[in-house]
Amino acid sequence: MTELRVSITARVPRFTVSATFRALPGVTALVGPSGSGKSLTLAAITGVRRPSEGTVSLGDETWVDVERSVFVSTQHRRVAAVTQFPALLAHLSPVANVRMALDGREHRHDRAMQWLERVGAAHLATSETSTLSGGEEQRVALARALARQPRVLVLDEPFSALDRDSRVVLRSLVREVVEEYAIPTVLVTHDVADVAALADDVVLYEPGRSVRQERVQRGDVRSVFAFLGGAAGG
Amino acid sequence: MSVVSDWSPLWISLRVTIVATAFAALVGVAIAYALAKMRSRWASVIEAVITVPIVLPPTVLGYYLLTLLGSRGPIGRAWESAFGAPIVFTVTGATIAATVSALPFVVRTSRAAIRQVDPRLEEAARICGLSEPAVALRVTLRVASRGILAGVALGFARALGDFGVTVMVAGNIPGRSQTLPVAVYDAVQAGDDGAARTGSLVLAAIALVVLMLLAQLQVRRAR
Repeated sequence: MTELRVSITARVPRFTVSATFRALPGVTALVGPSGSGKSLTLAAITGVRRPSEGTVSLGDETWVDVERSVFVSTQHRRVAAVTQFPALLAHLSPVANVRMALDGREHRHDRAMQWLERVGAAHLATSETSTLSGGEEQRVALARALARQPRVLVLDEPFSALDRDSRVVLRSLVREVVEEYAIPTVLVTHDVADVAALADDVVLYEPGRSVRQERVQRGDVRSVFAFLGGAAGG
Repeated sequence: MSVVSDWSPLWISLRVTIVATAFAALVGVAIAYALAKMRSRWASVIEAVITVPIVLPPTVLGYYLLTLLGSRGPIGRAWESAFGAPIVFTVTGATIAATVSALPFVVRTSRAAIRQVDPRLEEAARICGLSEPAVALRVTLRVASRGILAGVALGFARALGDFGVTVMVAGNIPGRSQTLPVAVYDAVQAGDDGAARTGSLVLAAIALVVLMLLAQLQVRRAR
């Protein structure tokens, strides 16, 4: 099975994070207090930031190896991301936003439409992008991420701007597609319900470092709490 | 004798302004992009140098250009040995003068617009697999296009209206290098009120129409 392995130290001005974990196909949730470096870890996975030390690899493919000066650009990693900020281009329709992530020249419109259908947003295809609701935007963002046919999916608080209902729907949608395409998925969230509903693995963060990783029983809130209980203030 | 017998200043002005605006837009946006993405301290130094034409009196800017482009100036000499004719006192000279005057407006406004673009949009585009040139063209510059258009509009207005720099570099040769603003000045000096009025009216009308078209374009981009 294709496994994402992360063992990095990444620095930004006045902050450093060291993280080590593995992510199998399924959802690996990174949890811990705000400012502990979870999003910075994701940036090292997508290649938006260069770690200062360590390695990132997927299967037998090395994306980052600082010692050996290996750095595969974001474009060549085929990672997709959905974050709290949907980052849709307002001057393009939703379907054109999805089209942007497609490879190849054939049937681009039809393929983009299929992804929108997959996330239940086909009816929004030609809407004015700036008029979409938060939940609709996140569906389109998810369609765009999947259209990339990613080998790793990164989710950074993807549901936090949504109302309760959209949250529940999108959560199960994410779970479905992750299972269907067997993509190693790394999720950052502050919501225990997200972790309980989605995570197969949990990586606990303290400010500035990841401390431990454990497999959890998905859907079992108590096992998640039991794990998180080990951290002061979980 | 008709009130206005010679329309050549209009054609010269249009030609100079269009070519100068196109050049200033192309070069200016490229410079603005580079400056906006530069992390070095030198970016502000470079921008200051490019901005100098805004604050210099036009005749002073014209004087400096004249020393550069004249037959004894470094650029002027190279040009003459390459093309066998001088730049100064020609339409080419007027075009260079207008380009240099317009450039800082394009650069400043575009750089500000490019810096406003949310970097998360660019990151998302990279994650979608867009190459760096595609990210620049289809995301950064496209999202900044309203501000860039505003800069180009300012540059156009500056190029069309330039008097001081043009007179210094291109002179005032009717039918050859005399632009419309210069012709208006000439007409006033000669007491030809009719020509001065017509010339001024035409200039005001062109400026108004172009600015309105650009505003229209901006509104469409905003949607």
